[in-house]
Amino acid sequence: MANSIIQVENVSKAYRRDTFDIPVLNNISLSVSEGDFLGLMGPSGSGKTTLLNLVAGIDRPSKGRVVVGGTDIGTLSETALAKWRATHVGFIFQFYNLIPVLTAYENVELPLLLTSLSKAERKKHVEFALQVVGLADRMYHYPKQLSGGQEQRVAIARAIATDPTLLVADEPTGDLDKQSAEEILTLLERLNKEFKKTIVMVTHDPRAAEKAHTVRHLDKGELK
Amino acid sequence: MRIFKLMFKNALRHKLRTSLTILGIAIAVMAFGFLRTVVTAWYAGVEASAANRLVTRNAVSFIFPLPLAYRDKIARIPGVETVSYMNWFQGVYIDKNQFFARFAADVQTALEVYPEFIVPPDQLEAFTKERNACMVGADLAKQYNFKIGDVIPIEGDIYPGKWDFVVRAIYQPRDEKVDGTQMWFHWAYLDERMRQDMPGRAGEVGWYIIRISNPNDGARISEEVDQLFKNSRAETKTESERAFQEGFVQGTNLIIVLLNFMSFVIIGIIMLVLGNTMIMSARERTKEYAVLKTIGFSGSHLTKLIAGESMIISILGGALGLLLTYPIVGMFSLFVPKSWFPIFYIEPITIVLAGTSALVVGVIAALFPIQRAVRTSIVDGLRFVG
Repeated sequence: MANSIIQVENVSKAYRRDTFDIPVLNNISLSVSEGDFLGLMGPSGSGKTTLLNLVAGIDRPSKGRVVVGGTDIGTLSETALAKWRATHVGFIFQFYNLIPVLTAYENVELPLLLTSLSKAERKKHVEFALQVVGLADRMYHYPKQLSGGQEQRVAIARAIATDPTLLVADEPTGDLDKQSAEEILTLLERLNKEFKKTIVMVTHDPRAAEKAHTVRHLDKGELK
Repeated sequence: MRIFKLMFKNALRHKLRTSLTILGIAIAVMAFGFLRTVVTAWYAGVEASAANRLVTRNAVSFIFPLPLAYRDKIARIPGVETVSYMNWFQGVYIDKNQFFARFAADVQTALEVYPEFIVPPDQLEAFTKERNACMVGADLAKQYNFKIGDVIPIEGDIYPGKWDFVVRAIYQPRDEKVDGTQMWFHWAYLDERMRQDMPGRAGEVGWYIIRISNPNDGARISEEVDQLFKNSRAETKTESERAFQEGFVQGTNLIIVLLNFMSFVIIGIIMLVLGNTMIMSARERTKEYAVLKTIGFSGSHLTKLIAGESMIISILGGALGLLLTYPIVGMFSLFVPKSWFPIFYIEPITIVLAGTSALVVGVIAALFPIQRAVRTSIVDGLRFVG
């Protein structure tokens, strides 16, 4: 697959709790093309978030390989993996996870602090990202001064600030009202179409899944 | 924004908790500084000892005198530059609470042996010429408002009778390590009165102070002095001035050990206070650390963030504590008679120790939260509910 950006090959994942191994993913294989918008659906406990975490490089498989953009991320050290995430992945959480003591501007600037960009360059990136999500006028507001939908848009701005190739979103509309959810989905769609971001999104919401180009279902750790 | 701005914002996230922690550290650092100052004051006499001074006293006890006749024999020992002598006079000025050190001294030689007592030449001349004149330290003069020409009446106890001394000189201590609360008068005047009233006690010296040319000869000269008077009616014990001074504080060693122990217990308390704050903060931010890791922050970034936050709190607490130490020590000096602790000041080493302790505590208090933040996996961190 020439233009495949994500290759998940025979991946299994089990978590150890006390003396028990709890299997979560069972011999999963998946390929995502560059510029794709993949929706992952399935009931709670089916392993959607675990698969997303593996693809985003924040967890490691028990078996198998995860190759993203040509890098077998399972072979990277913790430090190299952190650097890799900073460069290649933007993560959007269900509960936004903004740092409450930082303004919208500072939250978006956070991943840029890990780059060698100058202050002026970082400013340019932050302002652009906030403009893309439509919050250029709220950049000096703190998270508590924003609505849920606005907080999620700041989180999306943070995810795209470093211009990563891959965006992973874990239930990005799960904590939002219908209108805000719609705005977020439209924004993700725009990022996919206009900015060519590859998106992998976990969702329970069928309306959200409608925005994805491809939808895969997980059940009991197996991909359907 | 830079990383240290985030450290500051994190440190001030819970303003009340951070303020109380800073205050706790400040009080502990201040208590540490104060206790160390007390310990320093206790040992001030020992620390002010000179390596080129020996003290010869009666081998039985300090309270027994030595004959004046020993002076010339000691002076003939090779390596001895000057021999002086003193008696502890004591007496009562106003009442027994008005304590300060009063010595009968062979002034001319004593000032050669103790060059750290600086006397203006005209005052020294006046002091030398008058038989019942006395010299007081500048601190003592300040405390009792003594001026040149004032008469200090003292009721004798060791040397009974009424004694009137005229202040003819006020000495300045060379530096803050020198006791500025002593009173000296002429040994010859004491001896003259003893010859009249108690002839059996005439010609008696409390102890000799020997200035030697080479401190390395101290052991040899001490040995020679003591050999000179072996099997005499008053055998001697000669030792370095430091050892002589240590003899005075030995009886209180347990108190000093306890004070020292307390000062280090205080360091432990600071560590617990700050450690507790850091552990609580880090625990509350478990999820945030996981988020930071997700967006690419590494273990070393988190280490800097947490250690930096801990250091900011410890530095602010330490600095406030050091600032508080000065007025507290100043107030103590005001309320406690100067003669109780003649040398009472904050030594630079105390500041260095207190400041370093605060910094070290800042680092140590961050260790456990750092270890926790770095070791917690992102997945566990994101699931954490505080």
